[in-house]
Amino acid sequence: MAMFSQNPVLNGPSYSFAEVPKGAVDGLRENRFNPYTDNGGSTLAIAGADFAIVAGDTRLTSGYSINTRYAPKIFKIGGSASSQDDANILLSVVGFAADGEALKERLDTACKMYRYRHGKPMSVSACAKRLSTILYQKRFFPFYVHAILGGIDEDGTGAVYSYDPVGSYEREQCRAGGAAASLIMPFLDNQVNFKNQYIPGSGVGHELQERERVPLPRSEVEVLVKDAFDSAVERHIEVGDGLQMMIITKDGIEERLLPLKKD
Amino acid sequence: MPGFDFSNYNRNAALHAQGVPLPKATSTGTTIVGCIFDGGVVIAADTRATSGPIVADKNCEKLHYISPQIWCAGAGTAADTEFTTALISSQLELHSLSTGRKPRVVTCMTLLKQHLFRYQGHIGAYLVVAGVDPTGTHLFTVHAHGSTDKLPYVTMGSGSLAAMSVFESQWKPNCTKEDAMNLCSQAIQAGIFNDLGSGSNVDLAIITSEKTTLHRGFVKPNERSQKLKHYKFRRGTTAVLNEKIITKDDIGKYVSIHELEATGEERMDIDP
Repeated sequence: MAMFSQNPVLNGPSYSFAEVPKGAVDGLRENRFNPYTDNGGSTLAIAGADFAIVAGDTRLTSGYSINTRYAPKIFKIGGSASSQDDANILLSVVGFAADGEALKERLDTACKMYRYRHGKPMSVSACAKRLSTILYQKRFFPFYVHAILGGIDEDGTGAVYSYDPVGSYEREQCRAGGAAASLIMPFLDNQVNFKNQYIPGSGVGHELQERERVPLPRSEVEVLVKDAFDSAVERHIEVGDGLQMMIITKDGIEERLLPLKKD
Repeated sequence: MPGFDFSNYNRNAALHAQGVPLPKATSTGTTIVGCIFDGGVVIAADTRATSGPIVADKNCEKLHYISPQIWCAGAGTAADTEFTTALISSQLELHSLSTGRKPRVVTCMTLLKQHLFRYQGHIGAYLVVAGVDPTGTHLFTVHAHGSTDKLPYVTMGSGSLAAMSVFESQWKPNCTKEDAMNLCSQAIQAGIFNDLGSGSNVDLAIITSEKTTLHRGFVKPNERSQKLKHYKFRRGTTAVLNEKIITKDDIGKYVSIHELEATGEERMDIDP
């Protein structure tokens, strides 16, 4: 029994092909192939009154190695051409990068087919439902990803939808996904939805009034996103290198690239 | 020799058989290196300690004191490197007192390997041992299972391959002190930036027959950027559901109270 055998070289997280064959019983040998790899990284999306911001780091890892320092996790979806100039939806995928890429292709194709058949771009709510069905189609061999969709809904307000790997989804104000989700999400609960914040002097004990939730302005949200990622980089080894931020408004999509720590 | 307490072994083995996972030890998934130069030896380390994918300590010390002229860089399970080096340091001091001679690096290396071999790799200490003694300058690596190497330049830990790539492409025989310091620093930085188990700063120690110089934070290539927003809450933001005040005089009946001022070394990283 290798109790705390922590040879840093030998006991790192393993690659998908590194699984050793399980013990031989009755001369039978079972060979396994693990089709999934965890490529680390983290994503984050916040909806505002008339905008939505979808962000993610650009590091792609396996085990203790960095495969590349720039692999985008945020994609424009539903444009009429491959340039995606007129795209109206953002998709972020984190987890297994190959599945993320495949999922993006499927959703983008679905959106393009819709545009061809109906002569108009897909609404965010329709696209959200479509993504759910695409994920559920692979219920027993799932896309190993945490997807988040961002856009502007029919009323012109920012929309964020988040998904589990098999298609369960929900519209939310904000959501963090991926490796550092558990580090970022509590920060967002407190700073975006003002959870655990009360109005000083508004009552005693349980009579205290909760701080009222107001939609944050875009500049404030961009600051929160940067601070959230800077902090995640400090404490999670799989997050870093670059921060890709996409901001969607009624006027289109803006992309921003900021540096993150590279260690 | 006083040893480990195995009284929980059977209980833990039974628990483990029922599927309870083993506790996760803090690992210094590390980059450590050493390089000999004309007149001494340099060892260096990064300063990140991890627990799985989480950074447990951003600025830990991986350069351990053995004797004034013998130092150790440690990778592997943090507690094991800490306690093993402290244990051998103590034994070496007593040995030196009893023989009336300066401790030798080979002696230190032998004590370490015999201790680690006895525990069959369960003590997860991976060490770079370096020092200067009356017989000359020495540099060793010691693996958790007890094997050792004696080389002019060495690397260990999860970042050992990244670090070794620097030595294999740039090392030349008959280094000067500055060459060795620069090479070690570059090797650690290769680990810091290319190995996820390593990060933050470079610590470096130079050992010569005259003295040992420890450079804590020799290079700091990863300073945290300023937060864009202030996260200070107004007093009264947190709900207080229950309140009980114990005065200093009250608690003074049960414990003795000393007023202390946090200054200099006493202060923690987070203190303002």
